[in-house]
Amino acid sequence: MTSSSVLPAPEIVSQTENTMVLSMGPQHPSTHGVLQLVLEIESENVVKVDPEIGYLHTGIEKSCEGLFWTQAQTLVERMDYLAPESNALCYALAVERLLGITERIPQRAQIVRVLQMELTRIASHCVWLGTHGIDLGAISVFFYCFDLRENILDLQEAAGGARMHPNYVRVGGLNGDLPDGYLAQLDALIDKFPGRMRELRGLLQANPIFQDRTIDVGGLSAEEAVAWGVTGPSLRASGIAYDVRKAFPYSGYETYEFDVPTRTEGDAYARFLVRLDEMDQAMSIIEQCRKRLDAPGPVMIDDPKVAPPPKETIALSMEALIHHFKLMSEGFRVPPGDVYQAVEGPRGELGYYIVSNGENRPYRMRTRPASLYNLQALKGIGPGNLIADLVVMIGSLDPVFGEVDR
Amino acid sequence: MTVSPGHFMLARLDDVARWAQSSSVWPLTMGLACCAIEMMSVTSSEYDIARLGSEVFRSSPRQADLMIVSGRVAQKMGPVVKRLYDQMADPKWVISMGACASSGGMFDNYAVIQGIDTIVPVDVYVPGCPPTPDGLLYAVNLIQQQIREGGRGGVVASA
Repeated sequence: MTSSSVLPAPEIVSQTENTMVLSMGPQHPSTHGVLQLVLEIESENVVKVDPEIGYLHTGIEKSCEGLFWTQAQTLVERMDYLAPESNALCYALAVERLLGITERIPQRAQIVRVLQMELTRIASHCVWLGTHGIDLGAISVFFYCFDLRENILDLQEAAGGARMHPNYVRVGGLNGDLPDGYLAQLDALIDKFPGRMRELRGLLQANPIFQDRTIDVGGLSAEEAVAWGVTGPSLRASGIAYDVRKAFPYSGYETYEFDVPTRTEGDAYARFLVRLDEMDQAMSIIEQCRKRLDAPGPVMIDDPKVAPPPKETIALSMEALIHHFKLMSEGFRVPPGDVYQAVEGPRGELGYYIVSNGENRPYRMRTRPASLYNLQALKGIGPGNLIADLVVMIGSLDPVFGEVDR
Repeated sequence: MTVSPGHFMLARLDDVARWAQSSSVWPLTMGLACCAIEMMSVTSSEYDIARLGSEVFRSSPRQADLMIVSGRVAQKMGPVVKRLYDQMADPKWVISMGACASSGGMFDNYAVIQGIDTIVPVDVYVPGCPPTPDGLLYAVNLIQQQIREGGRGGVVASA
């Protein structure tokens, strides 16, 4: 393992007389993980940016081909690890469409799914804002954000049993109903949220240093954003109101009232404002979910082909035991076909293209990670800026490398 | 406080040095995957790793004492991790955080290194996927204990 295997080959960049090549990352505090940027610089000015990805390539898509449909769900949650629920939901929706059971998912399960999606969106934006703040030297923001995120992780832990990868959303519904005391905890979060958002906005929104660093930095026009395939808040900050929740509703999103915040400036500050507005919108959806959650109901589809029998019946009924054993030891089979399903993750359009050949395992699974497409815009907006501004751009595009490299 | 000639403490110089060293274990800023988010959580006000004197995350390996390998290490990242470890000044410690770093975890495939102890010597393994911040705090505690006792070697941080 010599150093030549780490550094990029010199022919990647066209080095001229006045420029030098600088390797930024993969271990760099501002690259939000393991991104390497091969920069061609002329003094402090960036002439060319070459993002080098793959330092977190995990082979998740390939590994899923060897697992049952339900087992693969645990792996997909590790892709976008800031918003595991959005991966889980997207995968579950795709498999449900292949199975043809989309219409039969219980109402309560759908409400809780939307609730989880929006909670995870806020949690993800909390990490983005905290780390973006640190990149720009505003360290207090991090503590406020992670305090809020901690409340959401407590909720996830209560529902699914784990803080970060709860594996709560399953094909056919949910792993179980919300536990006792969950709604009271949720109410406490709803009460706390507006005050915390006021504090966050107060810390940064009118902060002259923050504005100096972000306004007119990393400008992305609407045409460029579309050309690069950018989605999510980064696209909406450039003036295009594309949101999968509105364009192709799923899990009953068409029944909720919410706005799609947009800006027209397309710079890092606009992306910051759009994300903050999105957090407010997410909370308004959560409040609507909360009102609908008072009515009890089933959270798993009533279909023995997909849903395991209730745990308490296993010790009492021979049939339930056999049924449970069959489902756990060989899974269920999915009819042959292919499907593309997208959801609006915190970073944009997250999609799964899944091919089934009728077996109990996916034949091929391909992810459309929002971060990968958003990140490549860096090649376009990076040149002509200072190195320090590049840090702002990476932060404002909010890439997650679990998702980029998979 | 008035110090009269009768007030003094006796200690071995080694013990004092180890006490000082164990109270300022500075980790390297190296986030890899999911565990890195929990590694960030330990610095938040809820867990506050500053109580252990380890809140000073250094971006340069030259200034760091502790490498927290937080997440799965891809084959491409392996040489980088090794190089960063080599760049750290002695004495140095390594925490293998989470199932992936310790053994490859659920990713038993072509892309992930099956345990970083094949690249760098590990002092403490933390189980979990990802481990809770409490788990990581306990691991840092174990590192401190090892420093005070003057020893090292793979310890599993589980009850």
